[in-house]
Amino acid sequence: MKCTEFLKELSDYLDGKITESLKAELDEHLHWCHECHVVLNTTQKTIEIYRDNQIYELPDPLRNRLHEAIMSKCRHSKPHKKNT
Amino acid sequence: METIQKKAEEGVSDELKLVQAAKGGDLEAFSELVRRYDRNIFRIAQHITHNEEDAQDVVQDAFLKAYQNLEQFQGNSKFYTWLVRIAVNEALMRLRKRRNDRTVSLDEDVETDEGSMPREVADWSPNPEQIYGTSELGDILKKTIQGLPPGFRTVFVLRDIEGLSTEETAEMLGLSVPAVKSRLLRARLQLRERLARYFKSKKDGDGTR
Repeated sequence: MKCTEFLKELSDYLDGKITESLKAELDEHLHWCHECHVVLNTTQKTIEIYRDNQIYELPDPLRNRLHEAIMSKCRHSKPHKKNT
Repeated sequence: METIQKKAEEGVSDELKLVQAAKGGDLEAFSELVRRYDRNIFRIAQHITHNEEDAQDVVQDAFLKAYQNLEQFQGNSKFYTWLVRIAVNEALMRLRKRRNDRTVSLDEDVETDEGSMPREVADWSPNPEQIYGTSELGDILKKTIQGLPPGFRTVFVLRDIEGLSTEETAEMLGLSVPAVKSRLLRARLQLRERLARYFKSKKDGDGTR
């Protein structure tokens, strides 16, 4: 297996969405290819770092303001009726 | 396991009740739905628009549109899937307006595979998150994801940050499953490449190989 072939399967490998036989082939490649091993690990870390460090949190005061604005607009708006 | 599944099922049926009540004009029920998902919608909107003011507008407009069009929600998909689809469209519209560019779309990012070929193959330091303070790390993560084309970062946000399935993401974005998978792979690899410049281990990471 070439590195480019490994890379094509990288996402499915990380998501655990591959067949046993393909996984065995990929693991075999990983066994001797240090670079793909690093790419796999650091891609995994990339996903984790974004998942663990939410960069756009909604602060409570803003959240409350938005909520009030939304509900006030809804109060003054009638739901669209379907084909009536 | 059983309890978790039971809870999830209860959540879904409880949500359908809220949607039904909101359809009948129960604003309290709709308010509860807003509270459930406003944080997620804000995050998604921020990631697509890169602009807090726009993201706030997207949150308001998406929920208002959802409320006004609740009759069209048939319950075939989850309410959240339907809501995100509305929010993504609103966010892309704002992005186009701000850029004064009609061409911004989820399909814009046709490019060669070369952009995804790894060049940085030095391992990262064991705890990259400890090298930088929280706010500095936040800046790096923002700058890095903002450099991706909108179609890539939207898929990454829905799949990897919001934790939705490939099928749900495809449905929300009106893309095919293979298109979502290909974008996700390229988004992950490009983010990895860019983060590597900050996080690669100093001792074996001088960039030569």
